[in-house]
Amino acid sequence: MSTTTTDVHAHGGHGEDAHNSHHQHHFATMEQQFDTAKLGMWLFIVTEILLFGGLFVGFGLMQHQYPREFIEAHEHLKQDIFGRLVPLYGTLNTMVLLISSWTMVMGVNAARTNQQKKTVRYLVITILLACVFLCVKYVEYAHKFHDGLLPGIFYAHQSEDLIKGTHGYATFFAFYFMMTGLHGIHVLVGIGLLSWLAVRTKRGDFNSEYYTPLDLVGLYWHVVDMIWIYLFPLYYLIS
Amino acid sequence: MSSDTESATHAGQHHGGPRIYTANLFALLFLTVLTVAAASFNFGSANVVIALAIASVKATLVALFFMHLIWEKPVNAIIAIAGFLFLGIFLMFDFLDVTSRVNYLPNNMPQMQNATPAPDSMNPLKTPAPQPFAPVPAAAAAPAAPAEHK
Repeated sequence: MSTTTTDVHAHGGHGEDAHNSHHQHHFATMEQQFDTAKLGMWLFIVTEILLFGGLFVGFGLMQHQYPREFIEAHEHLKQDIFGRLVPLYGTLNTMVLLISSWTMVMGVNAARTNQQKKTVRYLVITILLACVFLCVKYVEYAHKFHDGLLPGIFYAHQSEDLIKGTHGYATFFAFYFMMTGLHGIHVLVGIGLLSWLAVRTKRGDFNSEYYTPLDLVGLYWHVVDMIWIYLFPLYYLIS
Repeated sequence: MSSDTESATHAGQHHGGPRIYTANLFALLFLTVLTVAAASFNFGSANVVIALAIASVKATLVALFFMHLIWEKPVNAIIAIAGFLFLGIFLMFDFLDVTSRVNYLPNNMPQMQNATPAPDSMNPLKTPAPQPFAPVPAAAAAPAAPAEHK
């Protein structure tokens, strides 16, 4: 009891904050603690933007070097079930990720309003949608592997249309696998983080006073979505 | 009333709500359909611009509403904008470089299997690669210099 009283005095009478077991003593208030964590997360997000930004710039440079090969390889990515009209896998995955971003933000919102059961439900849906994304990716990759559309020196496509001037195609698929692969790794990490959060939410770790991990992982998940928003038109739409 | 006090605990910060999030989701899905539809028409080189413009609108919607930037303290938005600003500088200088060069692939880049052999003029082993900034040979420069002084 005595510790609680000193806490109240130390934090200038922020009664609610002082009682919160998640409050670390080097922060004046829970709000300051939350804002600090968020600031750090945004700095991390900038490093993510620059990481993928470098790959986007490299992609742009190589598209400048091999314009014809890149466009033909783009056309190949569009050849899905509906033929050349609609890039089915890419569009489907875009929709899946957008919806998962919505379930994520709804989950954070539910945690903020003390609806733990709802939060767990939204987190589980988000994890399932991430799995759907990776399944579609698997189908797409399997198709590429089968056709020998592999990066760099592994390129072994043997049909008429993409054989001439192999350098450009191999470069295109090197970028394709590097960027979608790195994005896929981010999705995998996201699934891990979301599972951890679902367990913690179920355990009752979060409430309207403290839901920082949920909020930060939410930000991470939206960045993964945002990167895909740029990957999708660059790889599946431009021709 | 209790939910009001709960959301007011973070010093009056607003975070939007389910209605805004859902409206944002539908806007994003609509823009996805729009960008796929736009790609099926041939606008020439404008296709790239249209696709990237729609992508940027979508990314902004995600950042503003899903990532709460519109309700946050401005410092987070400043960090995010700074990230994109530096990416823009990176992009701009690279394209300045590319558009002002004659060739920028390394001369020792190995040739691929299955690749059609490059013409001899492109082969660094047979002919020296063009060197735009190579120093003028002294023998060629020497006779020219006195001529200019006359």
